[in-house]
Amino acid sequence: MTPVATPFFFYLLSGLAVLGGVLVITRRNAVHSALALILTLLAVAGLYLMLYAPFVAGVQIIVYAGGIMVLFLFVIMLVNIERTVKERQFNRIWPVGLAASGALLVLFVSVLVKGKALFPERGLPLPEADNTQKIGEMLYGNYMFAFEIASLLLLVAILGAVIMTKKKI
Amino acid sequence: MTAETKNATNALSNLDLETPEKPYLDSNELIINMGPQHPATHGVLRVILKLDGEKVLGTECVIGYLHRGVEKIAENRTYTMFNPYVDRMDYVAAVSNGLGYCQAVEKLLNVEAPPRANYIRVILTELNRIASHQLWLGTHALDIGAMTPLFYTFRDREEILKIFEKYCGARLTTHAFRIGGCQYETYAGFEREVKEFVAFVKPKIDEYEELLTTNRIWLERTKNVGVISAEDAIALGVTGPVLRASGVKWDIRKALPYANYSEFDFEIPIGENGDTYDRYLVRMAEMRQSLRIIEQAVERIPEGPIMAKVPKVIKPAAGEIYHSIEAPKGELGYFIVSDGSTQPYRLRVRPPSFVNLQALDIMVRGLLVADVVAVIGTLDIVLGEVDR
Amino acid sequence: MLNSLMSYLGSSVTPGEAGNQLWALIYVLIIFTGVSVAVIAMNWLERKALAHFQVRLGPMRVGPHGLLQPIADAVKLLLKEDIIPSEADKFVFWIAPLIGLLASFTVYTVVPFGPSQAVSDMNIGILFMLGVSSLGVLGIVMAGWASNSHYPLIGALRSSAQMVSYEVAMGLAVVSAILMTSLNQTGTGTLSMIGIVQAQQEQHVWFLFKFFPLGAIAFVIFAIAMVAETNRAPFDLAEAESELTAGFHTEYSGLRWSLFMLAEYAAMIAVSSIAVALWLGGWMRPFSHWLSGGAWDFVFSLFPGLTFLGLAAIAIRGTIRMPKHSLFRIQTIGLGAFAAVLSGIGLLLLGIAVGARAGDHVALARSADALNNVYWFVMKIAVFMYMFIWYRATWPRYRFDQLMSVGWKVMLPISLGVLIVTAIVGVIVG
Repeated sequence: MTPVATPFFFYLLSGLAVLGGVLVITRRNAVHSALALILTLLAVAGLYLMLYAPFVAGVQIIVYAGGIMVLFLFVIMLVNIERTVKERQFNRIWPVGLAASGALLVLFVSVLVKGKALFPERGLPLPEADNTQKIGEMLYGNYMFAFEIASLLLLVAILGAVIMTKKKI
Repeated sequence: MTAETKNATNALSNLDLETPEKPYLDSNELIINMGPQHPATHGVLRVILKLDGEKVLGTECVIGYLHRGVEKIAENRTYTMFNPYVDRMDYVAAVSNGLGYCQAVEKLLNVEAPPRANYIRVILTELNRIASHQLWLGTHALDIGAMTPLFYTFRDREEILKIFEKYCGARLTTHAFRIGGCQYETYAGFEREVKEFVAFVKPKIDEYEELLTTNRIWLERTKNVGVISAEDAIALGVTGPVLRASGVKWDIRKALPYANYSEFDFEIPIGENGDTYDRYLVRMAEMRQSLRIIEQAVERIPEGPIMAKVPKVIKPAAGEIYHSIEAPKGELGYFIVSDGSTQPYRLRVRPPSFVNLQALDIMVRGLLVADVVAVIGTLDIVLGEVDR
Repeated sequence: MLNSLMSYLGSSVTPGEAGNQLWALIYVLIIFTGVSVAVIAMNWLERKALAHFQVRLGPMRVGPHGLLQPIADAVKLLLKEDIIPSEADKFVFWIAPLIGLLASFTVYTVVPFGPSQAVSDMNIGILFMLGVSSLGVLGIVMAGWASNSHYPLIGALRSSAQMVSYEVAMGLAVVSAILMTSLNQTGTGTLSMIGIVQAQQEQHVWFLFKFFPLGAIAFVIFAIAMVAETNRAPFDLAEAESELTAGFHTEYSGLRWSLFMLAEYAAMIAVSSIAVALWLGGWMRPFSHWLSGGAWDFVFSLFPGLTFLGLAAIAIRGTIRMPKHSLFRIQTIGLGAFAAVLSGIGLLLLGIAVGARAGDHVALARSADALNNVYWFVMKIAVFMYMFIWYRATWPRYRFDQLMSVGWKVMLPISLGVLIVTAIVGVIVG
């Protein structure tokens, strides 16, 4: 599949992702923030597609946009929005956050400028057709142990969440 | 919550809807107005629900949207003039209402309706019971989400209404009886048509049961939903199929026979658990028992006069009387105080729907919103009768 | 121009894969109009079939046998006042139906109507379909929240909980079908929708009957989960009219409401097409292995034309039975014209089938092939559509907690078990 208008889509999607990210932290209404986050996630999924990583893109849509964000909204909808909108922001550490993100930006830019050697000359020839199969082989081959550990950890987390929310077991 | 709801809930203090219970994980309680315009409240009942998520913490019924002051009207009408008004209370069982009223006045006058009139009365009342139960079944099933039974029951109820129409010209508010008997002689072919109807509707009742009785979803939606114990039911004065489903064998047709019910051979179906499913089964069985009564009555209907000797101007002696009958929804009672004039001094109706509706709260506490509509349906209320 | 158009007919890849934007655009347009028309037809059919289930006639006034009823409905909905509740969140309220619609229509980019009759053959087709169709719930949740009203909010909560929990069982059922695609020489499966159907073609069996009854169980689980996923009876809790008046779209009216309906029906067709592609052999005609050979191919290729002729025959019968009264003249003429159009299409399709058999014109043969593929795919979807109506006419509605317990305590363990057993059997057999 030959990609069409690659730069256009790249800038469009990254622009959307940044816009969504900004909206997430600036909206006072939590539901609006969540919707903006969905926009970001979908834009990032699009970027994955452009990187010839369709599996990751699909999982991103299913798990994050379709699953986790729906649960987010589920919880947020139950919260009294009117009260949260009126509430003053109580933590005053946003300068720290700004400094941290500024530092990250500097890091990115410096790597981009100075570390040209880190990047290959051209994009790697990615196996588009069997990309998904490759991920499967990796997960169940080389990284089997890590994969299983991760799933076990998630299981423990689920159990912990259930125990914490249950009044009596 | 709107200001209106707040005012309404403040007025209803016994439920304490205003103060939320101890908050858990900051989930706030929801107060919902179900009705008066809601598809499942069978008219204009307004139920204020206090919900935790979907769980019902308490209910409060607000009635009176259909109040027409029937009891007060009675004080300004002669006994004969008031007769059509009773049809407008439980409009899906108008014949029963008329029967109760006519018999109460007859009791006051010390008049006995002739045997033929009694037979006609029994046939029409039992037909009406079936019609009422059919309407109940259709709407109840619709509340639970099964659309189709509604159309089946309405199709078959139509046949009953046709018989009513041929008999007295009206389909719903029939005004079928007069004080002292019946105004109209049966039309030619009445017996045949009633027999045909019995033969027609028997397989149809099986058809309804086929759709619902063993349906898994129906079972899950109705079993152990809206349970009311026999003690609670008696304490609240609940009557009719709702009481019988709790296992109490109380049917005024047997307990205090009126008209000529003592002459017929029929059973009183009762339930065990007092849940919605048992109430469903009881009503289904009642339809079959009604058919049995109709069959016997049509076979034995005697010749003779249809009106007793009743004075032109009904002027009962001073006194009071209470007469109750088994209406499709429960005990329908009339308490009439006469001061010797042509109009009742006071007339009080004991409507089964109104009394049964009281049980709603204890039946739905702890259940889900979806069960509220199921329980309202299973109580079989008619708002015309609740509000009067 | 004509050449580039015709050249695609001779190729065997989807326009998305061939990088053929023109054909991709044409396909998008065809699918968009096709799905819209299907939704309209489904609307009429549902009202009609439901009515006949319930001993009534259904729409009879607008056009012969109510055939023009959907158009009347559409006009009515378009002309209706567009109400936005004053306390609603206007932007979210406005965008919610669009998101639902967008999600259900985007799914169609990978629906494999034929080996080359899809907009695109994505490597992750099935994943894409599941993912995008799961985005549809966002529209419902947003609608319920934005209405700023209790009933829609409860409807939205129900809907989101329901969709998230049934997606799990649905996904596991899908995975067990995908596992079956890897039972070939190379031992590699595929997530591509076209690849899945081709795997069934190669293995000469619909996955419904593969490892009987494993495939069938997975299919049944998917068939149940997809009803829950599309919020249809008996799982229509999100819009349970007897409980929540209309659920999440209580506050919607007119055009916006109709967008929700359009999205719902489009989503129904979309999930049915997943089921068809995964378990019912996609575009394959029935008995393509048992009754193989040119003669049988020809016999089955007559079906599309015959179907239209059959519909035309029904319409002609209706025309003849129309009351002979001047008031019915226009209706009679209309139904007659409709019958003529149907029979014309039928004859055309028959002509293509016969022509493809007789001559050796490549484009003609390919279009006959394409027609057959699309026809069988659509017919299989139609079966599901009928089932959706049938369910609605027959069953009461589940209660919310029962729905959840069925989803988590019955469907999930069964689908997990089927997945494990399928994997084991697959390893043993393959």
